[in-house]
Amino acid sequence: MQFGLNESQELLKSNARKFFAGECPMDAVRRLMETETAYDPQLWAKMAEQGYTGIIFPEEYGGVGLGTVELALLTEEAGRALLPGPLFSTVALAGATINAVADHEHKREYLEPICAGDARATVAILESSTSWDLGELTMTGVNGKLTGEKLFVTDAAVADFLLVVARNGVFLVHAKAPGLKITPMLGMDMTRKLYTASFSETPAEKVGETGGLAKAFDIATTALVAEMVGGMQRTLDITVEYAKTRKQFGKPIGMFQAVQHQCADMYLETESSRSAAYYAAWTLQEGTPEAPLAVSIAKMYASDAARNVGNHGIQVHGGMGFTWENDIHLFYRRAKASETTLGDATFHRARIARHAIDNAV
Amino acid sequence: MDLKLTTEEKQFRDELRGWLSVNLPKDWDEWRQKPIEESFPYLRAWQRKLHEGGWAAVSWPKEYGGRSATLMQSAIFWEEMARVEAPPMANSLGLGLIGPTIIAFGTEAQKKRFIPKILSAEEIWCQGFSEPNAGSDLASLQTEARLDGDQYVVNGQKVWTSYGWVGNWCELVVRTDSAAAKHKGLTVLLVDMKSSGVEVKPLRQMTGESEFNEIFFRDVRVPVENVLGKVNDGWNVAVSTLMYERGSYGARLHSIFTRNISRLIELSRKVLRNGKPASEDPVIRQRLAQCYAEIEIMRLNQLRAFSRMTATGVPGPEGSIQKIFWSELNQRVQQLAQEVFGPYGQLLAGDPHAIDNGIWSYGYLRTRGNTIEAGTSEVQRNIIGHFVLGLPRSY
Repeated sequence: MQFGLNESQELLKSNARKFFAGECPMDAVRRLMETETAYDPQLWAKMAEQGYTGIIFPEEYGGVGLGTVELALLTEEAGRALLPGPLFSTVALAGATINAVADHEHKREYLEPICAGDARATVAILESSTSWDLGELTMTGVNGKLTGEKLFVTDAAVADFLLVVARNGVFLVHAKAPGLKITPMLGMDMTRKLYTASFSETPAEKVGETGGLAKAFDIATTALVAEMVGGMQRTLDITVEYAKTRKQFGKPIGMFQAVQHQCADMYLETESSRSAAYYAAWTLQEGTPEAPLAVSIAKMYASDAARNVGNHGIQVHGGMGFTWENDIHLFYRRAKASETTLGDATFHRARIARHAIDNAV
Repeated sequence: MDLKLTTEEKQFRDELRGWLSVNLPKDWDEWRQKPIEESFPYLRAWQRKLHEGGWAAVSWPKEYGGRSATLMQSAIFWEEMARVEAPPMANSLGLGLIGPTIIAFGTEAQKKRFIPKILSAEEIWCQGFSEPNAGSDLASLQTEARLDGDQYVVNGQKVWTSYGWVGNWCELVVRTDSAAAKHKGLTVLLVDMKSSGVEVKPLRQMTGESEFNEIFFRDVRVPVENVLGKVNDGWNVAVSTLMYERGSYGARLHSIFTRNISRLIELSRKVLRNGKPASEDPVIRQRLAQCYAEIEIMRLNQLRAFSRMTATGVPGPEGSIQKIFWSELNQRVQQLAQEVFGPYGQLLAGDPHAIDNGIWSYGYLRTRGNTIEAGTSEVQRNIIGHFVLGLPRSY
């Protein structure tokens, strides 16, 4: 039993850190977040070259064939860099969904271009009820057409196709399909844009059943938690650095226990989130029966932790933490958006309760 | 990363399971609610049985009666003990903290003399660290030892000594050089509690019982061969003990926590809240789930810490997150239990309406000590701030 990373995992992680630090420093993040879509085609091409867009997909579709642990390490580093754009939507969400629900022909057609870096995609799930319980969705495919509205769809404006979760299956809608209207929602996180997608008699191809979605969303959730861990780690690093250098009363503020103990709490919650994220990734990779529970534990814990870590980070920075110029609020905004994506702590606690109290998953 | 058991780990686990299936006592449930004074001989007998099977201290080297188990095998050991809800061992400080310190710093003669009886629970160990004026600031302790021929003469007072009432031997930190800087003049002595001049008094704590003691030393003579480690190097020896405490104690506690949450969930199905079982109340369900999940995260943090320790060889300051995590979590679990039980929660042992004969009211009060004993949460956060995050020392 070994809960540390092996050599190739360490290498992947450190390469990803270097890559994002070089290709997507904070000034690039700020430039992209001010654009309409936060998408940079050149950066995308470079990520595809690194194999990031096909990281967990089978080699027969041009993927790299690595596991969920490697995906988590990649998204952790993307989170540390606050990478803007549709990597999460395309790979962890849409790619994982196609891979889980679609047949060979559909994977050829849609997963291959994702792996190659030629296509961006996303998944439309939530409706106005904002319930992550898929049983509560109302949209239904009728005669190969969809009508209705999906909300909080990430990166929809740069997606070449959308996977739409309906009551009677997972449907694929091309970006240029008639009757599809993509409208920006003004979310707090400017690095991952949100949209409404409305469908009016929009042609949609059914690519699979909803039964396979649980697995796909567990993978996406774990990737998201790992991304949150990266954001927490960066927030902690920035905060500790500031506490060492900022002086008041003639001393670095990090010398004061009121400050130091907040940093210690940030560390505790970051490390605990990381333990939970890595474990969830591993259970998914191995297909162990506790995987869904492990995923819920990770998302539950990280959803609260990411907010707490951000709260402390801003507080320790004092007035500086309240400025637009300081980067810490950018991570804080992402943390808030991620907190609700794929179920907040309350949603996942309810799932855990069904397992722990009712002995069901 | 590979959390599957290796062949060796599987063998280890299966051997332990086989042993437990034959040797695990069936009547622990009746004993566990009795006061520790009454159940102590039972725990001693259980440890002796484990020792006879070679299971008392799996992580110790084979030559000292252990199994040279890896940290992961130790983790498996504690997980298995949790799974079967095994009773704790009587000599828990000797096995968990003091034995490993003697193995690390002791002379061959000391190891031969002390280790076998720690394992067999023939000699129970206690820890003489804290003093009335040296709590978090342990290095300022004042109990002094003066060299007189081939003996040290010890004078002073220790406090918050667990197992003092039953202890045969004490790992005692004393000041041997009052002129040196406070960390530099300390020495660790191994003291026979039967020595003339040792007086043990019960310290009644807020729970009403006396789990801890005060120990007074008046001209107590300790032979020089009972110095553990080097003279005036006692701080290193003591800190090593504390690191074992912070680094691995969580693994043992996990078994208790798992049992507590299972029992609390079971009880929540029977206790009514607004006319329905508490287990159906959405707020209670949320909070039970939170505690359940955090107990799992505590286990995962411990496994990751073990992996790091396997790589570095020693428990590091990161052990402090374990200490903070388990102590604060235990308080949350007990507070939740009180909320689930409502007015019944306050009832003490002996009241016919008390739930589980009052172990929950006891637990509620007892867990207040968790964030104080073995290094306060404040000290643990100082350790993380300075030694892990590199912030300047605050004191």
